[in-house]
Amino acid sequence: MFVGPAIDWMKISPLLVMLGGVLLLILGGSLTPQWKKGAYGIVGALTSAVSAACVALLWRDFGNGESTTLIANALTFNKFSLFATFTIAIGTLLSVLITSDFLVREGEDGPEVFALMLSAAIGGMVMVQANDLIVLFLGLETLSLAFYLLTASSRSRSASGEAGLKYFVLGGFASAFFLYGVALVFGATGSTNIDKIASSLSANTVLGGSSTMLLAGIALLLVGFGFKVSLVPFHTWTADVYQGAPTPITALMGSVGKSAAFVALIRVFTGALGSRADDWGPVVVVLAVLTLLVGSVLAVVQTDVKRMLVFSSISHAGFILVGLVAASRVSSVDSKLGSTNALGYLFIYSILVVGTFAVVTIVAGKGDAETSLDAFKGLGKAHPVLAMSMTVLLLAQAGVPLTSGFVAKFGIIRAAVSTENYALAVVAMLAAVIAAFLYLRIMVSMWLSDEPTSHEVLAAFSTRLAIGVCVVATLVIGFFPSQLLQFLVEVR
Amino acid sequence: MSIPILTLLVLIPLVGAGATACLAKSNQSLVKNVALASSLFTALLTVWMLIKFPSGSAGFEFVSKHAWVSEWGISWHLGVDGISLFLVVLTGILFPLVIIGIDPHHDHKQYMVWLLVLEAGVMGSFLSLDLFLFFVFFEIVLVPMYFLIGNWGYDQRVYAATKFFIYTMAGSAFMLVGIVATAFLARRDIGHLSFDLIDIAEKSNFAIGTGRWLFVGFVIAFAVKVPLFPLHTWLPDAHTQAPTGGSVILAGVLLKMGTYGMLRFGVYLFPEAAVWAKPVLLTLALIGIIYGAIAATMQKDLKRLVAYSSVAHLGFIVLGTFALTNQAITGGVMQMVNHGVSTGALFLMVGMIYERRHTRVIAELKGIQAVAPIFAGFFTLVMLSSIGLPGLNGFVGEFLVLIGSFATARWWVVAATTGVILAALYLLWAYQRVFHGEPDEANKSFAEITKREAMLLSVFVAAIVFTGVYPKPMLNRIEPSVKSLLEHVETHSNYKQPEIKAGE
Repeated sequence: MFVGPAIDWMKISPLLVMLGGVLLLILGGSLTPQWKKGAYGIVGALTSAVSAACVALLWRDFGNGESTTLIANALTFNKFSLFATFTIAIGTLLSVLITSDFLVREGEDGPEVFALMLSAAIGGMVMVQANDLIVLFLGLETLSLAFYLLTASSRSRSASGEAGLKYFVLGGFASAFFLYGVALVFGATGSTNIDKIASSLSANTVLGGSSTMLLAGIALLLVGFGFKVSLVPFHTWTADVYQGAPTPITALMGSVGKSAAFVALIRVFTGALGSRADDWGPVVVVLAVLTLLVGSVLAVVQTDVKRMLVFSSISHAGFILVGLVAASRVSSVDSKLGSTNALGYLFIYSILVVGTFAVVTIVAGKGDAETSLDAFKGLGKAHPVLAMSMTVLLLAQAGVPLTSGFVAKFGIIRAAVSTENYALAVVAMLAAVIAAFLYLRIMVSMWLSDEPTSHEVLAAFSTRLAIGVCVVATLVIGFFPSQLLQFLVEVR
Repeated sequence: MSIPILTLLVLIPLVGAGATACLAKSNQSLVKNVALASSLFTALLTVWMLIKFPSGSAGFEFVSKHAWVSEWGISWHLGVDGISLFLVVLTGILFPLVIIGIDPHHDHKQYMVWLLVLEAGVMGSFLSLDLFLFFVFFEIVLVPMYFLIGNWGYDQRVYAATKFFIYTMAGSAFMLVGIVATAFLARRDIGHLSFDLIDIAEKSNFAIGTGRWLFVGFVIAFAVKVPLFPLHTWLPDAHTQAPTGGSVILAGVLLKMGTYGMLRFGVYLFPEAAVWAKPVLLTLALIGIIYGAIAATMQKDLKRLVAYSSVAHLGFIVLGTFALTNQAITGGVMQMVNHGVSTGALFLMVGMIYERRHTRVIAELKGIQAVAPIFAGFFTLVMLSSIGLPGLNGFVGEFLVLIGSFATARWWVVAATTGVILAALYLLWAYQRVFHGEPDEANKSFAEITKREAMLLSVFVAAIVFTGVYPKPMLNRIEPSVKSLLEHVETHSNYKQPEIKAGE
């Protein structure tokens, strides 16, 4: 008789809540007539909020430094994964808030988009908790499939469909690379379980053919992840897809998608492959430098705000990768700083990116079309509060002190320096300076040009709420980072 | 110490900025009065602090220290010593003067808010005794200044503002890495992670090579700010395009953050490296002096001329700093304040000329002395102080720098002295072209100085003459701190200051 593994239901409650939300939206949505305006969004937001609350409760009850696994070693459960799960829940919550208004504005309100967003969140949560490469792949596919559909979900814009198709084809390739990598690593180590891979690699010396297989596997995994988190040179899809997708979905991809893939990348490379850090470390250094510089430089030359932010997100990815480089110095006592500060960066960036794209959503107007730099002209005069919010968010992205962005960057620089990656730290900071130019360009457009915006700019309540939350969080973390840092210490 | 006076110096402008931001845009006089009140209150506090500051004290006074981010060993640690004392007072006094004296052309409220935020940032930079805190203030200053230049400047304002922001931020990038590395490397000697300036300077013991690298990281940031040749190219643009108030603040106090940083964070933290880097920095300073002066001579725009003269003057300060003798550094510190007063006043007057004539091109101005003799009188006095005429403030500082540097940097001083002559050349020549001769049609209606302007300038002139005639009280307060800084350098490196005996 088949005996199922023991399941600690409480510990997977954040996932279950999200799943409940998906079922409610899909079943309830299809069995009942059209709900009131924004009602689907409220369900989606509440689900994410409850899920986040579950994480918070689990966090409170779980000891620091402890770690356990769930469902027959399929998922890992510790404060690191909890923090990542929380990041995803918050990213989803904020994105749902702007999507709700967006869909009402575009006249496309319905349950599907929210159900897909919550599914993406489930996929992301599975990715960050996965303790097995196959489970990780399941999460990755859940996330990606939801994203393909969401990207193409704007029926009125042809760019959206095109972006969805592009994303689907290229994403499929990347998944294949990833899966092949998993297969090769399995061939070399005899397991797909992250803990077992680690113990196998540290216990046995992998020689000869197996060694080649392992290295090839690592390389393919890196390519697969590199695509998902858009590292240079695997970034080329990002601009078109992020730009083509409906703006709130871009926010979701930038926050949830990026966080999930990055945490999984960090988990796999430091957890499973940590003992082979000498092999992949140098490659990651090169990727980090390329990503930082190419991302920043390409961001500066864009003329479309959405595209600018896309490339800036690539530059941010380079920054987070610096954290992985720091984490690769496993011999250093401070190597843990790398992964925890990367996690902190992801949390902070998730909030920033949603807030920023929320403003872009509003400015883009009906049809989601006005995203050129010119569309932001005169925003400071016409809508000072909105422009001020955007300014705070942009300054934070540039890493100006007293904003959360500085705390994030400082954490990464600290990790890099304490593991003696001085040159990389300097490159990262210089890339941040180059990227600052692009945020200035947007600010110039908003504040320093006299022509008024040519179209109406309207913000409904929930978008305002989302932007407000993002701005307040940005400033509070910027002025009083202690609490966040305390959490990150517990993550270790 | 019951009242945390230094914390108040940072917070009052910030509170003022917050209050101003909440006022109605249309009520311009109220906006101005609130902004003025908060900056005046700050100014009074700085004056009170100056009076209370014990003459002859070498250490930090009025210290306030509270944990801020204890996880990272960062504290809110403020203190003032002889080196920063007069810069703080200058900051405190300059801002209300700018608020009284110069009205922006539009958006009064926003202008005042940014100005007050700027004041808080500058105050914080001069008072911070924590590396992290200093960096925060040093960097945050960019934002208000960016908007002041970009929003209220002249034609090329956006270009100039962006250039200013990017240049300074690029410099800071090195410093941030330097700061983090300093704190981490010092952890071994201190026993825990700390960004505290005094902790690190007194307890840490960097390997020679490491210290030098870290020093370079810091100095790049400060060299951009000063600006030191060849990182100076943002300055003429920023100055020329900034509104008059912005230029006054920029020349008056913002540039001093660079020279002050070199002393406080460069020389104090890395004495050995400072001695090592001396020849290079002296040479760059010297190039700045000569190059700035020559470039100033060539300018067609009066404001650009003053901007380039700043490059030259700041070169003297850096020369004094890295000559590493008591006299030279004291002179350098003094010159920081003097330059702030004289060049601030010069920018103010160039602004007045522009208000009247809507041009700053030297060739279009002529014979102003004939129609506005009092204005010309003020200009002459301030200009002479900038040239370094004995009896005025510029002379005292420059003379101390030159005489103090002679023992340790003889040939640099010999060359730098030509800079003094060149200063006379470009300023007097400019004066001759602008003020002498018969005024043509356009300049005939040049209005004489108003009461408000005269009162404003009188404050500057009073400072210029008082310091020039009786510099002793100022020197008495600066010198002890400089002495103790150099003692620190001597104990932490194999450098010895040459003894100068009387009558030799």
